Amino acid sequence: MTGQRDILITEVALRDGSHAIAHQYTVEQVTNVARALDEANVPYMEVAHGDGLSGSSLQYGLSRTDEMKLIEAAVSVCKHSKVAVLLLPGIGTVNELKEAHRIGAKMARIATHITEADISKQHIEMAKNLGMETVGFLMMSHMAPTEKLVEQAKLMESYGADVVYVVDSAGALLPHEVRERIRALRDHLSIDIGFHGHNNLSLAMANTLAAIEEGAKRIDGSVRCLGAGAGNTQTEVLVAVCDRLGIQTGVDIYKMMDLAEHIVAPILNSPQEITKDSLVLGYAGVYSSFLLHAQRAAKKFGIDSRDILVELGKRKVVGGQEDMIIDVAAEIAGQKAGAAV
Amino acid sequence: MGKVKVAVLGSGNIGTDLMLKLERSSVLEMSVMIGIDPESDGLARAKERGYITIDSGLKGFLEQCPEQADIVFDATSAKAHIRHAKMLREAGKFTLDLTPAAVGPFVIPPVNVDEHIDADNINLITCGGQATIPVVYAVNRVCPVEYAEIVATISSRSAGPGTRANIDEFTQTTSRGIEEIGGAKKGKAIIIMNPAEPPIMMRDTVYCLVEDGTMNEAEVIRSVTEMAETVQSYVPGYRLRMEPIIEGNKVTVFIEVEGAGDYLPTYSGNLDIMTAAAVKVAEEYAKKRIQSAVV
Repeated sequence: MTGQRDILITEVALRDGSHAIAHQYTVEQVTNVARALDEANVPYMEVAHGDGLSGSSLQYGLSRTDEMKLIEAAVSVCKHSKVAVLLLPGIGTVNELKEAHRIGAKMARIATHITEADISKQHIEMAKNLGMETVGFLMMSHMAPTEKLVEQAKLMESYGADVVYVVDSAGALLPHEVRERIRALRDHLSIDIGFHGHNNLSLAMANTLAAIEEGAKRIDGSVRCLGAGAGNTQTEVLVAVCDRLGIQTGVDIYKMMDLAEHIVAPILNSPQEITKDSLVLGYAGVYSSFLLHAQRAAKKFGIDSRDILVELGKRKVVGGQEDMIIDVAAEIAGQKAGAAV
Repeated sequence: MGKVKVAVLGSGNIGTDLMLKLERSSVLEMSVMIGIDPESDGLARAKERGYITIDSGLKGFLEQCPEQADIVFDATSAKAHIRHAKMLREAGKFTLDLTPAAVGPFVIPPVNVDEHIDADNINLITCGGQATIPVVYAVNRVCPVEYAEIVATISSRSAGPGTRANIDEFTQTTSRGIEEIGGAKKGKAIIIMNPAEPPIMMRDTVYCLVEDGTMNEAEVIRSVTEMAETVQSYVPGYRLRMEPIIEGNKVTVFIEVEGAGDYLPTYSGNLDIMTAAAVKVAEEYAKKRIQSAVV
């Protein structure tokens, strides 16, 4: 079962999925999911607040459980799988990274906006010094041209990253755009390339397959689509599709399906689907974790959440700027009130 | 009544902006620009404007004309400041540290300038700290703040290589300032860089959770509004984007900082608030010196 793997899957439900459940994971839920993922032979699983280490905040949502306790819980039940953590410089610091490493995290994924790779140097270097497998994670990849992506990915490679990811945080990329980006990185970098998709335009699977065809070796998925927005490439489906294509993932398909159905589905308040709001995220190119925040603001100000998201897209807001949601909502509500007078 | 002479150490963007701001001061006299690159635009401009210029660093200044300034602004780097701080102390200069070195006590002008005016070295914390700690302090003086969190969003273009290479220094130093100077029991800071063109203005959001049962909505709004006016007196482009939002025990304040456009472009309010705060502290020091000289 642990034979050769053509691609390495990282399950992100315990990190990206945190957005979808407003950061309410319990130790019990994480323990059960992590154990089942380990038994299904998933090579990596990411555990952290949705916005990475130290993301628990009024800006993004407070974690119900200290993420270090969740990481510890996942590590304690993993026999084969490795636990990864995400860190966004500017939110988390090397201190949290050291702590996560101390309690057993083996992989560090250092995430920056597509144009800001140079703020990741100190964290990538620290992760390497700690002996962790280190990934550079270029978020909102749809917001910059491919040449910029290559330049930024090379910076991460130069800091010591073992892998660089094209991250489609908004679920806005189209298959030919993914293809072009992965191909360019393969041409210019000597390290492995990864792809992280979101399903806001129902393209996560198509984009993932395009990435794999262009040579991406690292792929992210979220079981039952438990990720921000409409979720990510659905892991159990990806495993089945790869099997049909003759691509070895090493993951047990039935076990993956069972854990999706019996352990993960009950965690969700409602099934992940492409609603009008998640569709607008992909359409307007907005960071997927804005979804619940925009819905809350829309309710509070009595306006359409889509108007907020489209306006945020126009203003080229980047990941992490959740405070702009209230700001924009108040402005739209003010304009409406003004127009009514 | 004479002015107190000052030197600017570091002829980059920040140093040059300081020079232009100092020209408007009624108590400070721009005197010396100290750099290490004779070709720098800052040194050229200083020379053009008739100031003494030194291109051999702080050592050169202390050897050639130490009597030409009693106050020194250090706008170099944290690493260089550690060395500079010692040399300046020995030379008896009042030093304003605009780097994150944090050698001297943290100062936010409208909060604690009087407490440290006799120190020989004062640290200005960070741009995010200068923009947000006054608000945390303003809430805390009317309702005790259990937890304060600030989010500073700046344009990518206004974040220099020093900030970028050590972004943890920003989050850690600012969090400390929120607690020590703002008065929050626990502080947290987040910084985000936005590459949009044209560059965005600096925006800061401050969230405070006050102790249960202590919220006084009217007093909080009054205190925060008053504080914003105080900051405006030395940073004219500082403003609240809307009235503070109060929900239960949570206060949310949205701030925007537009730069004065002296040397730095107006979008870099984050740099402007640092230079303006440093000048403000130096002015307080100078006023005190002038007064005691008269007496």
